[in-house]
Amino acid sequence: MVINEQVFFASPIDVVRRLVEILYELPVLSIFLYSLSRVLVGFFSGLVLGCLLAVVAARLSFVEVLLYPYMITIRSVPVASFVVLAILWFSSAALSGFISFLIVLPIVYNGVLAALHATDKQLNEMARVFCVPFWQRLRCIYIPQVRPALLAAAATSMGLAWKSGVAAELIGMPDGSIGMELYHAKLYLDTPALFAWTLIIVLGSLACEKLVAALLRLLLGGYRK
Amino acid sequence: MKDIVIKDLCKRFADKVVLDRFSIVIPAGSIFGIMGESGCGKTTLLRILLGLEKADSGMIEGLPARISAVFQEDRLCDEFSAIENVAIAAPKKTPRAAIVECLAALGLGDALDRPVRALSGGMRRRVAIARALLAEGELLLLDEPFEGLDEETRRSVMAVVRRMAAGRTVVLVTHDEEEITALGASLYQMKE
Repeated sequence: MVINEQVFFASPIDVVRRLVEILYELPVLSIFLYSLSRVLVGFFSGLVLGCLLAVVAARLSFVEVLLYPYMITIRSVPVASFVVLAILWFSSAALSGFISFLIVLPIVYNGVLAALHATDKQLNEMARVFCVPFWQRLRCIYIPQVRPALLAAAATSMGLAWKSGVAAELIGMPDGSIGMELYHAKLYLDTPALFAWTLIIVLGSLACEKLVAALLRLLLGGYRK
Repeated sequence: MKDIVIKDLCKRFADKVVLDRFSIVIPAGSIFGIMGESGCGKTTLLRILLGLEKADSGMIEGLPARISAVFQEDRLCDEFSAIENVAIAAPKKTPRAAIVECLAALGLGDALDRPVRALSGGMRRRVAIARALLAEGELLLLDEPFEGLDEETRRSVMAVVRRMAAGRTVVLVTHDEEEITALGASLYQMKE
């Protein structure tokens, strides 16, 4: 390495070596599952509530107006500010889930709402004329048109849910979390460990993104290619 | 089934008056053809009858609660098959066999389960016609329904429409007088 100083930047070899050590020394799977479970709870809560609120806001414009300042605030306020506030409200264990939820909610809400607003008016008229029941409208008109936006929002927000969830853990320091391990890496100036855990986060995030996309495609009928 | 009485119907879009004290009686159970230049208000009239536009003033009597229609555009759910597109508008208890029979009569026997986005323009048009024919409604509104069909298909589709729409009131908007004749419709010439 040009820098030749592990504290500032770890070489790939050092990272792999440290990753192997971590895999032997620490209960990596349980640490990973601890953080994963919280991130996923936050992600799916944000996904479901974001979709529901978007559907309500698309039908009732006053709900959209009412929600607008809240969504803007959630989107604009730095994660750290929410974390500090949330430490007072929740246990550190629940912190990362809540922060992930806050990050996912506005992304999904805005994506789905925009797609609902852009729904084909001609198809809506057709459904009105033929008195198509709500569930059929949902299946045949709304889901096919919202699906691409929802998949894109889910993919984007999954990565952000991991980032923000782990950042919240770093501040809240719940025992047995990835955030706690990053804190240890910082405390002991263990840069290879920092990179190794980052690698685990990136791989976990990528795997989650693919799995969630597959799950949503299955649920929303994305097999109809 | 009652005659549909339209009296003094007015509709304006911004500065353009589309319908100006328009009055007409559509006899119950008849096939009623409307022709006229583009922009004279034919489609607007159908949209008012469908409840998709509100007239500025005037009166419509005898309109049934359920109306079926072939729109100027196909308005199909692209990802779904021809059968599903027809079933979406048909009464709940319509047997699949009835849908299959109707689609087959319209020459779509080979395309029943294919997503409609994979069908040609003419095939999509026929799916839209099948949907309207099997949907509930004593009144059937057809807005240039045979556009995009070749001559031979057009003739056979018109025969199916005439057979399956028997007993319903049909309003046909078209630019082609042959269609009026083929369907045995009375002709009303709409003026701007």
